[in-house]
Amino acid sequence: MTSLFEEITPEASGDVPTRKITISINGEQRSANVEPRLLLAHLIRQGFKLTGTHTGCDTTNCGACTVLLDGEPVKSCTMLAVQANGHEVTTVEGLAGPSELHPIQEGFKDEHGLQCGFCTPGMMLTAKALLDRNPDPTEEDVRWALAGNLCRCTGYQNIVKAVLWAGDKLRGEADGGEES
Amino acid sequence: MYPPRFRYEAPQTIDEAIQLLSEGGGDAKILAGGQSLIPLLKLRFASPPLLVDINEIPGLDHLDFAADGSIRIGALCRHAALERSEELRVRQPTMAAAAGLVADPIVRNRGTFVGSLCHADPQGDWAAVMVALGGSLVAQGPNGRRSIPVKDLVHGPFQNALTHNEIGVEATVPAPQGTPLGGYLKLERRIGDFATVAVAASVDIEGGAVSRAGIGLVAVGSKTMDASDAAASLVGGPLTPESISSAADLAAEVAKPRSDHRGSADYKKHIVRTFVTRILTRVSSSLEKAA
Amino acid sequence: MVLDELKIGGLGSSRRRVEDDRFIRGKGNYVDDIVLPGMLHMEILRSPVAHARIKKIDTTRAWDMPGVRLVLTGEMMAARNLAWMPTLSYDTQAVLATDKVRFQGQEVACVVADDPYIAKDAIEAIDVEYEVLPAIVSPEQALAPEAPLIRDDKANQQDNVIFDWEVGDKAGTDAAFARADVVSKIEMHYPRSHPSPIETCGSIADFDRATEKLTVYMTSQAPHIIRAAVALVAELPEHMIRIVSPDIGGGFGNKVPVYPGYVASILASILLERPVKWIEDKTSNLMSTGFGRDVYLQGEMALRADGKILAVRMHTDSDHGAFFSDAQPSKFKIGLMHSTFACYDIPTAHLTAKGVYTNKAPGGVAYRCSFRVTEAMYFQERMVQAAADDLGMDQAEFRRRNFVRDDDFPHRTAFGFLTDSGQYGKCLDVGLEAIGYEDFLKEKEEAAKRGKLLGIGISTMTEPLGAGNSREYDILGIKMFDSAELRVHMTGKAILRTGAKTQGQGHETTWGQIVAHELGIPAEDVLVEEGDTDTAPFGMGTYASRSTPVAGAAVSMVARKIRAKARKLAAHLLEASEEDIEWELGRFHLRGDPSRGVTIQECAMAAYSNLPDGLEPGLENVAYYDPPNLTWPFACYIATVEVDPGTGVWDVLRVVAVDDCGVRINPMIVEGQIMGGLTEAYAMANMQFITFDEEGNCIGGNYMDYLLPTAWETPGFELHEVVTPCPHHPIGAKGIGECATVGGPAAFVNAVMDALKGHDVRNIDMPLLPDRVYKAMTERTDVSGAPPLRME
Repeated sequence: MTSLFEEITPEASGDVPTRKITISINGEQRSANVEPRLLLAHLIRQGFKLTGTHTGCDTTNCGACTVLLDGEPVKSCTMLAVQANGHEVTTVEGLAGPSELHPIQEGFKDEHGLQCGFCTPGMMLTAKALLDRNPDPTEEDVRWALAGNLCRCTGYQNIVKAVLWAGDKLRGEADGGEES
Repeated sequence: MYPPRFRYEAPQTIDEAIQLLSEGGGDAKILAGGQSLIPLLKLRFASPPLLVDINEIPGLDHLDFAADGSIRIGALCRHAALERSEELRVRQPTMAAAAGLVADPIVRNRGTFVGSLCHADPQGDWAAVMVALGGSLVAQGPNGRRSIPVKDLVHGPFQNALTHNEIGVEATVPAPQGTPLGGYLKLERRIGDFATVAVAASVDIEGGAVSRAGIGLVAVGSKTMDASDAAASLVGGPLTPESISSAADLAAEVAKPRSDHRGSADYKKHIVRTFVTRILTRVSSSLEKAA
Repeated sequence: MVLDELKIGGLGSSRRRVEDDRFIRGKGNYVDDIVLPGMLHMEILRSPVAHARIKKIDTTRAWDMPGVRLVLTGEMMAARNLAWMPTLSYDTQAVLATDKVRFQGQEVACVVADDPYIAKDAIEAIDVEYEVLPAIVSPEQALAPEAPLIRDDKANQQDNVIFDWEVGDKAGTDAAFARADVVSKIEMHYPRSHPSPIETCGSIADFDRATEKLTVYMTSQAPHIIRAAVALVAELPEHMIRIVSPDIGGGFGNKVPVYPGYVASILASILLERPVKWIEDKTSNLMSTGFGRDVYLQGEMALRADGKILAVRMHTDSDHGAFFSDAQPSKFKIGLMHSTFACYDIPTAHLTAKGVYTNKAPGGVAYRCSFRVTEAMYFQERMVQAAADDLGMDQAEFRRRNFVRDDDFPHRTAFGFLTDSGQYGKCLDVGLEAIGYEDFLKEKEEAAKRGKLLGIGISTMTEPLGAGNSREYDILGIKMFDSAELRVHMTGKAILRTGAKTQGQGHETTWGQIVAHELGIPAEDVLVEEGDTDTAPFGMGTYASRSTPVAGAAVSMVARKIRAKARKLAAHLLEASEEDIEWELGRFHLRGDPSRGVTIQECAMAAYSNLPDGLEPGLENVAYYDPPNLTWPFACYIATVEVDPGTGVWDVLRVVAVDDCGVRINPMIVEGQIMGGLTEAYAMANMQFITFDEEGNCIGGNYMDYLLPTAWETPGFELHEVVTPCPHHPIGAKGIGECATVGGPAAFVNAVMDALKGHDVRNIDMPLLPDRVYKAMTERTDVSGAPPLRME
């Protein structure tokens, strides 16, 4: 929508109060007027059209909607959009650089860490936060960190391998060494 | 999946928040971590007309350890901060044992310790830990602050002792009377499940004897259960197989579980007994090893 | 130089998946990602009670809310003859309830509004008055003489029985039991479970009044069946219906049936002439859409003292919920239940099966399963363990003694199935070797002395995958074949479309590998498309591990048709007769002079630019494949566990899987399927179930109570393989997707039961919750998991 035209739907919006919020999403400042009850997941998906963030359940269990809020994974279905005002949000669309994939993305492909792909964005973001905090995790560390994200297809073994693969690669890059 | 409409306010100070709660009458809700409240809104099990979001109030996210061993936990201290605290592991093993077992790792990034206490879910982990430690909630209202022992805070399922315009601003854990030992055992079918049963048992040891003890029980009644008689029976003597066994029996008597899809009432009572025994036996053998 | 098939991503290549490139970037296109201009949103009001007469529905307040466009009730559906719809099992199912609600979560009304928040607000403003009736939640209750009649809408329905069915040789079986040395008996319940893909069901119906065309984007594992159903039910012309299944976030059978939400969204779009999106929430998905299992068994085995099985006798009672809408295409009322014991050489067997209505959600689906084979194999392997115990025989030895031998194929099973290949003994040996069977038995004995309870469980089975053949398998009369259409462009690149529909199985990757194998066109040069009924050839979709056996075979066959035409083009280019041309991978050459040849790509160019007289231009074709038989993969799963005697909690120590699914197209993907299946097996054994209380309230209708295991609990898996090619499949492949879900649960349960040996326990129903295990262990009793659950 440009500023030249904004359709007014009086009967729907009426006197519902909205708030103006500004969020840094994948490094870009974006603003919106939102009803307070709007969930962050819905703002990201329907408002900002970043549909890589999925919603899988209604009870805060599945983690398909996981995004990073100031670098920490949160379930974006369990946060109001207004609460993200002034914060930095990273979604799966912000994971890759301009031309190349993030090692976590490469790892998921290389180790067959996904099947239907629905849980994958949330898994990868949780994995990113883990590797940011703990660059050299054990298999147990990875399994523990991923326990808030459900996958129905893979049985997790390859997801764990994918995260370890990415950790190896990131450490290799940090040391200036060859990728494994 | 779609919360009902509500008025939303995000005050910058505690006083403003209290003012808003006063205006809201009994129906306003405080939004801290939101990891219990927002799911209730999404399922439309709750529809408060006013949400008072305290996340923008500065100075509430502390986790402070005093020299005497007492601990202060601010209203916006997230579970993850407790889980990652090295100092907590050293200072207060009972809390440290529970910190990683609350909900799941992502929920722990957002959910708060104090919020969990105030939510007063009989299946909540932290209230039992605080009962075991003799901890309190500091509530602030129009007339100032008061301290409420957590054992008196929880009234029933999702009912706490706060007045409608009080905010739990901090939780406090008293200084141990000796070496603080203990543990938290939770029977859950998988990470993120509510406890079938969980037990928090804490003992302070001074000169080989129990100087203070507390036992809190999860999911075996309409509120967090305080096995105070069981705890009291331990005080004054060393931990022996006999004292442990009798405390475990007393704790199981306090448990008033109901049968459900997680297990039968009898089984849950048995687990209380088993977990009390296991935690205290572990403490006892760690003492033997140290001696 | 002959092409290296692995280098072009042919058979046996673990080529990385093509589809991943979009998924890892968050660029998948799932149904909820699709936004159409002017799109509205639909929400469904569901019954809060299990069984009740509807006295009154008042929608006034909902209609009055700003932003509400339409409120649909059963009455409005009835006016259009859409209040009821036919099911895939020749019953009827309510779309929106008119007379009664028959299960908790049943669809009662719909609201269409400008956004889903408003739709949900309006749902809450619909007032329904119910007169609550007693609820029935088990076959035992349903068959009781005084049981209330659930389906009083059906003219000739006098009780709650759906079917009484039998198969096998009763007289022969009775005779065998009469001369048995030992009769082993066991009773159990396979609990109701839900496939529960992480993505729920949903649809966007888009009816265009100007063109009269209806497009429906939806989560369907079988879009062509949906098109046929819409054409038949809604009486719309089939060519004006386009069903598109975009990316699907997991199916596992849940997304096969036609659900009321789809139908209501279609009607809403027709009435409003705007696109209408319906996305189910998780609670609705778990409470109302196709479940799996919920079958009770009484099993008996006639045994000779030396361990030979003489006969098997089984009776099942199955709970189908309020409407018989099982999504199964066989002619057999209880699906392929009688494929049970197919890997064992048994002279005679008899099965009776009774199906009943209850006040529970309808739609028994083949949850990662081929129509009751999961129950069939679970019952089989639990019965086998009980029999081995009754005989005091080693469980591995008992199996080996009764296996169909490698030289006995083709083998007709006691229930009439024809198995065609396998090396059962070898698979078992590989598994026992991998787990270190003898060492574990010693370890177990040692551990017992220290009060530790270790157990080992084995599950071996062959199962029929890949419906169908058209003689015995159809859906509403449509035969269970499948199809592939291959179009080779002039530069030798190609597009392939099939009638299957991937939901994570990796068709976009593996179908290209079959083309590479057949034509030598690199897999990366083949674009695979599925799921759009306007472009894909007619096919029956993806479930029951049928894609590789049927659609995959069609891919081979269509590629061979292309190769036959390319041969003519090659002959023309080489100025030789077809008989003098020989094929090597990716190239034709002159017989006796391999240096003179043309590549498949050169043939493709010729098809558009340099044709012999009389040859039709272009290089494309379509193949419809009707398999001569099902495929029969074999599996041996072995689990070891430790049970905590103080709590009944059990932990998995190791899991070994030996799968023989014939030729593996992409080993990486095959292993991914096996690990996913093992995880669901573990989940069913350990935590995942839906039950009901006495009032018919669904327990397990959300992710707080319906537990899927996380990365933390899920054990590690050790995979092994044996390869026995399928004799009738063009590339020797067999189905694999569901094997581990089917065969796996018994391995875990048998392991726990093995650990409890000596406690006088014969059976604990899944899931083996700690309290059930503890009760069985301490009270020395079997533990039933049958509803109703009594909450105190």
